[in-house]
Amino acid sequence: MVEPRSQLSEAQSPPESTFSDPAIAMNIPNPKAETSNLNFYYGGTAHAIKNVNFKIPENQVTALIGPSGCGKTTLLRCFNRMHDLYPGNRYEGEIWLDSVNILSHRVDPIEVRMRVSMVFQKPNPFPKTIYENVAYGLRVRGEKKRSIIDEKVEKALRGAALWEEAKDRLNDLAYNLSGGQQQRLCIARALSADPEIVLFDEPTSALDPIATASIEELMSELRKKVTILIVTHSMQQAARISDYTAFMYLGELMEFNETEVMFNRPSNKRTQDYLGGRIG
Amino acid sequence: MSQAQNRQALTDFNLKELRTNIERRQLISGAFAILGLIIILVATFILLGLIFQMMTQGIPRLTPQFFLSFPSRNPEEAGILSAWVGSALVMLVTAIAAIPLGVASGIYLEEYARKGWLADLIEINVTNLAGVPSIVYGLLALGLFVGKLNLGQSVLSAGLTLALLILPVVIVTTREALRAIPNILREAAYALGASKWQMISDHILPYSVGSILTGIIIGLSRAIGETAPVITIGALTFIAFLPDSPFKGDFPFISFEWLKAPFTVMPIQMFNWVSRPEPEFEINAAAAGTVLIFMTLSMNAIAIYLRYYFRKGIKW
Repeated sequence: MVEPRSQLSEAQSPPESTFSDPAIAMNIPNPKAETSNLNFYYGGTAHAIKNVNFKIPENQVTALIGPSGCGKTTLLRCFNRMHDLYPGNRYEGEIWLDSVNILSHRVDPIEVRMRVSMVFQKPNPFPKTIYENVAYGLRVRGEKKRSIIDEKVEKALRGAALWEEAKDRLNDLAYNLSGGQQQRLCIARALSADPEIVLFDEPTSALDPIATASIEELMSELRKKVTILIVTHSMQQAARISDYTAFMYLGELMEFNETEVMFNRPSNKRTQDYLGGRIG
Repeated sequence: MSQAQNRQALTDFNLKELRTNIERRQLISGAFAILGLIIILVATFILLGLIFQMMTQGIPRLTPQFFLSFPSRNPEEAGILSAWVGSALVMLVTAIAAIPLGVASGIYLEEYARKGWLADLIEINVTNLAGVPSIVYGLLALGLFVGKLNLGQSVLSAGLTLALLILPVVIVTTREALRAIPNILREAAYALGASKWQMISDHILPYSVGSILTGIIIGLSRAIGETAPVITIGALTFIAFLPDSPFKGDFPFISFEWLKAPFTVMPIQMFNWVSRPEPEFEINAAAAGTVLIFMTLSMNAIAIYLRYYFRKGIKW
């Protein structure tokens, strides 16, 4: 058990990692974000994330896998400080986004969420029009110019491969879309304000196989412009879409490596068991 | 007996037992359905009977003259002009005071207040306030609004009193309306970088406005029938003039003199007529009661329509 770090520093660059575990790859080219001794506690007591150290490569898809309750969604929600919405939650350690420690008390969670956007497990469009759903990310920033909003809404909808289906019905209610379309709308909404990282929390678990395929295809397209961190319940999905994979078990990061390497030659015993179906 | 026959006999026996068991349980289900139907019919018929009796007595009296006359010693000439104008003005004050206070309190308690013993204490108090007898509010208002704040036995005092009375209803329904919005919509707004107030004003408030309005209208339709607290603060029972008009022909066009005017309201006018010895006044009371019931029912109808209107196209 590592001594939790209680002081949150906000230095100008992430510290050089002294961590050396052969199962956790640290020579990541262009890390966009990096966690340093990250611990997370629910309600002050439940220790959900235990001393996680890893780097998220820029413009790549990084998948978080592991059995139910292993803390992968909890870890994901640390990256946009979603846990701040509920009282009693506590972070320790650091998450560096470029040169900012986003867990610092001096960083407003709103600032983090404007840089790191999120797509949820269930499609959750607002009960508004398609246009207003996508435009909301711009409106919270106080963007008023109709021409700029129009342009960014189109760009985001194109980015989410929804433009062709939605361009003639931008003023329809979002609930009139199918489940897969709604999830792509949520992706467009997350893209509208040009985030640096997009977090996906099991984005296809409520969708049928065809909608799932279209979202997976979309993700490999998106990573050209944005860094993606995705929690997935399905190892096959992680193998299909991700460049890097992190395997979590009971709140700890067991193994992190290129997906190729990890699925073919896992070095950690637990990873081998999980990928082999012996734990799940 | 062969084994197959044996099994057959066993199955027949088991099936029989199973069926008697199901029959017994279905009988109890059916008995409750019939009992419930009888009870609800009795309750409805009593209510409808009361309304019907009042209406048959009162409707012939509902002439334009009835709405446009002041009360009079002569039952044929007496009308409800001062009463319905009074009720309308008092309701206006009640709405203006209770809606912002109640909705804001509900939003604060549900979305901002930290959960803890203080929040629990406030919650218990608000819920209990809804059950306080209305005459107690009347006594409080007599001491506070009429006595200490010197607002007089006026439309303003009555409106504020009834606002206090319905405040708990508005607070509780606002909280429930907000609580009904799924959390994933809150998280969706926050995840886009919305502040708490942006999340509330852009999302959950618009989505719950139908339910909140319903609560407000149900509160107001309770207030319009209240008699006790209004009598306590000193509403008049016989009044032969109208409050000053709020709209003026000359600058500044709006006047607030009416707030200070003495007044009466519909239920008090009814009470006054019922307590008269002449039987003709009873007809007037029935007519006024019909008008009052119509006012309440139409407010409820508006509430139902608004809920339907705002829920249209919203589902989760």
